[in-house]
Amino acid sequence: MILLTVGTQMPFDRLVEIVDQIAAGFDEPFIAQIGRGAYIPRHMEWKGLIEPVEFEQLMEEARLVVSHAGIGTIVTAQRHAKPLVLFPRLASLNEHRNDHQLATTAALSGRSGIAIATTKEMLRACIDAPPAAFAVTNMHDRQRQLCETVSRFVAMHCVRGKAL
Amino acid sequence: MLLRPAIDEYEPLFVTTIEGLAKRDHIARVQLLPDSNRDQPLAALRCLIAAFWLIRAHRPQVLVTTGALPGLFCLFWARLFGARTIWVDSIANFDGPSLSGRFAKPFANLWLTQWEHLADGKSIQFGGAVL
Repeated sequence: MILLTVGTQMPFDRLVEIVDQIAAGFDEPFIAQIGRGAYIPRHMEWKGLIEPVEFEQLMEEARLVVSHAGIGTIVTAQRHAKPLVLFPRLASLNEHRNDHQLATTAALSGRSGIAIATTKEMLRACIDAPPAAFAVTNMHDRQRQLCETVSRFVAMHCVRGKAL
Repeated sequence: MLLRPAIDEYEPLFVTTIEGLAKRDHIARVQLLPDSNRDQPLAALRCLIAAFWLIRAHRPQVLVTTGALPGLFCLFWARLFGARTIWVDSIANFDGPSLSGRFAKPFANLWLTQWEHLADGKSIQFGGAVL
């Protein structure tokens, strides 16, 4: 099964429609979380919002995850060590407030388990030949750094044993 | 959830707007807030008031939030009730601090961006990122 998600906050009909067209040529099932999108998929099972517990199960079952470049999805896919194809939203098409998803994909390009597509053709190629799964699921350096930054601050100001 | 190892030993209380998240991550100590954003003033007011009662009831020593508006409300009240506060601006804010984040500035003891190029080394610091 291939899981498509555009997150829960904003529609991303361009991606949903592209994946729907690609899904038409596959026997393998596609399941889509289309958020608040108006485009109704014809070749995929779909829901507007998928509850977190169910989403977690779908993520575990999926062979491949196709997604907008949303942080929540990326982190979840990493946790499940799933290969991930990212398709960034563009501010110029009103798909987001700014182009941080382009910045995100630029920052992630070359990481294991992640492929990046910006056109239907690229996306189809990525689905035909998906990236290998993540090599590691542990936290990487920048995540560890963020954790330590917060940890140091909390340790300075919080008495252990007394609940936050 | 990535920050959990940093705070878990202090028996944190989690506050979220999505009930299913706590269930997914097996979190027992959780409080719900109504969601809100800048486009819905009435929902925002309701959230502001709910955040007040929540913070008053729990009186945190430290408050860590990644935003957005509900997080800002919690940070605001927590600081007024004497907590030390950390604002972690979402990684979605690549061009500059988020609107919520800018409002949070005067009330945050530590204000973190997740993009190195946005840090100024003073009021905006880079201390790592979720990606």
